Amino acid sequence: MTATPAISIRDLRVSRGGNLVLPDISVEIEKGSVTGLLGPSGCGKTTLMRSIVGVQIVAGGTVEVLGRPAGSSDLRNRVGYVTQAPSVYGDLSVGENLDYFARVVGVSPERVAETIETVGLSGFTGRLVSSLSGGQRARVSLASALLNKPDLLVLDEPTVGLDPLLRAELWKTFHELAESGTTLLVSSHVMDEAGACDHLILIRDGRLLRHTTPEALRRETGENDLGRAFLKVIESDEEAA
Amino acid sequence: MSPRITLATGLRVLQQIRHDPRTIALLLLVPALLLTLMKYVFESEPRVFQQIGAPLCGLFPFIVMFLVTSITMLRERTTGTLERLMTLPMSKLDLLLGYALAFGLLAAAQALVICLVGFGLLGLNAPHGVLIIVGLAVLNALLGMSLGLLVSAFANTEFQAVQFMPAFIFPQLLLCGLFVARDQMAPLLEAVSWVMPFTWAYDALARAVSPQPLSGRVAVDAAVVLAVTIGSLIFGAMTLRRRTA
Repeated sequence: MTATPAISIRDLRVSRGGNLVLPDISVEIEKGSVTGLLGPSGCGKTTLMRSIVGVQIVAGGTVEVLGRPAGSSDLRNRVGYVTQAPSVYGDLSVGENLDYFARVVGVSPERVAETIETVGLSGFTGRLVSSLSGGQRARVSLASALLNKPDLLVLDEPTVGLDPLLRAELWKTFHELAESGTTLLVSSHVMDEAGACDHLILIRDGRLLRHTTPEALRRETGENDLGRAFLKVIESDEEAA
Repeated sequence: MSPRITLATGLRVLQQIRHDPRTIALLLLVPALLLTLMKYVFESEPRVFQQIGAPLCGLFPFIVMFLVTSITMLRERTTGTLERLMTLPMSKLDLLLGYALAFGLLAAAQALVICLVGFGLLGLNAPHGVLIIVGLAVLNALLGMSLGLLVSAFANTEFQAVQFMPAFIFPQLLLCGLFVARDQMAPLLEAVSWVMPFTWAYDALARAVSPQPLSGRVAVDAAVVLAVTIGSLIFGAMTLRRRTA
């Protein structure tokens, strides 16, 4: 690949609360793709994402995003981050939340209606966010990150608590965004979502196990089911250790 | 910094409050009701009511805004919205001034109500006009807001934030001269009172409600209050971190 990668991480070390969450991780993610970040809960997925967005204090190594050091001020309009817990105002309506974030990132009010439709919340514009279900709240949070069409979207478990139909729709949206040039990094601990990704990053205990594709993972392990394939990778990794 | 984002933030904070009519009612009515209660407690001593009640009209907004801001900011931290804002193209000052705008307006409304009740209905005297008291009240509210913003950085839970009120406000209230003249206090206490922002806020109000002619001291007091407000806003901005552990 000749183009500069969307994300380039070299020898990243991160400690949180006295624990070395990421001892030493290096990985590159190419532009315009959907990459799944997979691993058991507590393995460092969120910490890795926080480092990419530039909100994490890191102990060592470099993280470059779109050719700039992570967290640079000129990246703030180009990188969208959706945390696992919906970070929107519960005491505002859906529309008021998005109107506010639209003003902050400087996009037109028409974009608000568009993004509300993208996440399937048309008809809920006037509803208070605190009165919505968990899945709906997560979608308001997602919508606020979509407003300014960022070049890189970092989504921490965006489909938790969503019904299968909506999940499938969101994954369709993710691929549409990728086709239009957006790079997506999506974490999940559900392996059945791995098949929907172009690339997979498997991590365990803060270490990179594999950077692969669903097909290559299936070929390597001889397992058709990606969940079982992941387990096999962990087993062979433990034998090697 | 961008006026667009500052205004949007002020509007957003006001919208949040608008969805909470009970808070609005409490904000506007409780100080006036307390003042009314005070009037009847001191019914036999109208001089004491004037001495304590009149300056209190301008001090209430300080206390209330301190509490409201520290809790609002704490909520912004714990719900993750602060972290989201810090990843957006928004300066810390946009956020703080947006808060100042919204809470300043709210404080003005609160001060108007309490002054209308106090000076209009309960017979308190404002020899130099009510407007100066409302103005000082707004200034004090902004001081309370900026101190609340600052201490919210040291609270991890709402329980802690609420405790900061007695810990931070009560000593200042006792030492500011409202209950006992400061020159009658032990020298150590009087010395301490000089470095407490509340003392200056009270001094300005005490002069504004006294029948003696207004001196330049009111302007000095107000300048000190303003300086502490700006100082703690700057410190508050420093506690807003884009990167956290």
